[in-house]
Amino acid sequence: MTAVWARYLGQAAAYAAFVGTVGLLAPGPTYQHLAPDLATIKLSLRHAGELVADCHERTAAELAALPPNMRAPQICPRERSPLQLELRLDDERVYAETLPPRGVRKDGRVSVYRRLSVPAGDVRVAVRLKDDVRADGFQFERTGTVTLMPAEVLVIDFDEQAGGFVLRTATKAARPAGSAG
Amino acid sequence: MLTSLQRGLRRLEAGFNVAFGAASNPWYQLGALSFFCFWLATVTGIYLFIFFDTSILGAYASVQRITDVQWYLGGVMRSLHRYASGAMVITVTLHLAREFVLGRFRHVRAFSWISGVPLLWLMFAAGIGGYWLVWDGLAQYIAVATSEWIGWLPVFGDGLARNFLTNSALSDRFFSLLVFLHIAIPLFLLLGMFIHIKRIKLARSTPARGLMVGTLTALVVLALVRPATSMAPADLSFTVARVDLDWLFLNVYPLLDTLGPGAVWGLLGGITVGLVVLPWVWPARAAERALELPAVVDPANCNGCSWCFKDCPYEAITMIPHSYKPDLRQAVVDPALCTACGICEGSCPSATPFRNVEELISGIEMPGYPLDRLRQQTAQALACATRDAVFVFGCDRGLDITALAAPDLKVVSLPCIGMLPPSFADYVARQANVSGVMVTGCHPAECFFRKGSEWTQQRFSGERMPHLRTSAGKNKVRIHWAGPHERRALKAAIESFREELQAVSA
Repeated sequence: MTAVWARYLGQAAAYAAFVGTVGLLAPGPTYQHLAPDLATIKLSLRHAGELVADCHERTAAELAALPPNMRAPQICPRERSPLQLELRLDDERVYAETLPPRGVRKDGRVSVYRRLSVPAGDVRVAVRLKDDVRADGFQFERTGTVTLMPAEVLVIDFDEQAGGFVLRTATKAARPAGSAG
Repeated sequence: MLTSLQRGLRRLEAGFNVAFGAASNPWYQLGALSFFCFWLATVTGIYLFIFFDTSILGAYASVQRITDVQWYLGGVMRSLHRYASGAMVITVTLHLAREFVLGRFRHVRAFSWISGVPLLWLMFAAGIGGYWLVWDGLAQYIAVATSEWIGWLPVFGDGLARNFLTNSALSDRFFSLLVFLHIAIPLFLLLGMFIHIKRIKLARSTPARGLMVGTLTALVVLALVRPATSMAPADLSFTVARVDLDWLFLNVYPLLDTLGPGAVWGLLGGITVGLVVLPWVWPARAAERALELPAVVDPANCNGCSWCFKDCPYEAITMIPHSYKPDLRQAVVDPALCTACGICEGSCPSATPFRNVEELISGIEMPGYPLDRLRQQTAQALACATRDAVFVFGCDRGLDITALAAPDLKVVSLPCIGMLPPSFADYVARQANVSGVMVTGCHPAECFFRKGSEWTQQRFSGERMPHLRTSAGKNKVRIHWAGPHERRALKAAIESFREELQAVSA
């Protein structure tokens, strides 16, 4: 027969092991998500490309071929241009992607979010966007030099009303080296 | 592999039986302990919600007030909320692993097994959502990582992560949604837990009182010794480089950094699908399958007493009008629900060896282990027993009693001790060369078929039909439960019983 004190000791050990595991793991050992000498760049935008074609008038023959209730005089295509987005850091292209418009009719806005880890310190940023298949070159472009502290986040956002790309950091705005669009 | 794992588990459980006693052994009540942890997290969560400010700017400050100003109650409640949730992850994980090791996931049990899988997702979702609400560095890390992770799925897209782009991008409305989710998901979890045990008759969702008191005390001590605290307030201008991760709930997040979101979705999806299909891809052994043949009703011997209907732990039996005996009913077995435990056979009043028939057939029979086989095995054992022998009825799932057999110690092992009609103990006790009958099997808290040992105990003590009625004297019949690794305790109990019997006869 096991002594009562030994039984209680056994129970205490079991409870200690149980809550000890909980206490050890929640919260547990610290996890290093980002190396101490790195900063973060988040490239993100939500934008709709330009329409791929203008509205045009239907011809009389086209109108006649349609049921009477569908004889709208104008056709306005809803499809929008894909976005061509490019990011260069210190003159090295780190991201380039062509993003098709969303939706069944390809008329939706495109959302982009990319997170990059870069060494802290000065970084020269060049970002550009082409959103019109009917135009040549990139419609929006922004370059600038940013000084990033370790773990600091540079957000490269897009605000059409503000004229295009916006660079945001915790400390101060990026020093623009020139912009277009 | 499973067999050696079973042996290890049983040995561990036997050690806990010594410390806690079988009735309070936490290994036997992992499901009920999970319920207890859930309720503990719920009660403490309700308290915290009273003082919690559901706004972006107010959330962190309100949690700090709860933790620091009201440390003696709010702080303890916060810590208990966190630690009870973490404890639930452990009990649920052990519960799942134990049911797997014991092979309790196939056939009838597949429903409970499969319905438990979404509960894992809900449990983790509820826990992860809770961490967001503190809106400290850890919450920020989880929020950003989760939005990137979910945003990988085309249906959500990159737009989700934009919610956590800058401090100004956050809105109180979004935060209110998080609070709503942290209430709604646990409610769905509770509903899922209800469904999980729905097909289990008399399911145990409350652990033994001593176990509840012990667990609560241990968690309170942990809350006082290591109170839950927050990291610095969230600031989306900076990445949280180092996080004090809760490895119980948030263990998947480091994998996002190393494997990427797609691989983690694949991994979790694979585990989920694997768990769901496990009952079919991991079949039972041939010997087990032979015993798993569902019960069969013999209308000629069924008088409609409904004792089997009351005793079936899986609600596999219903009563219908008798097929040909007027004004009587008869049992019907649903094969899809029957685990072939044989507890119904043990409850049948026609299952008595005193009947003078060539082949003993009861009103409800187990094709894998017919009653006549029990009678034959009993007769064979009695035939070669020496004078003053002790006769032991045991259970294949409990201690292997066949190794104890000796000329003065005769044994018969059944698939479940609940299959033993009390009249068999009476029959054996009346034999001239038998001094006493010992009945053994799994501990009632850990019967493989849930209620076999408990119902047997009640039948022998006269609380449940059919009662043990014996002219040989009830002191000649003894029950002693023993797990698979409690051979020494059972042998000691048998010897003690034998000495008592000898003293009485002297």
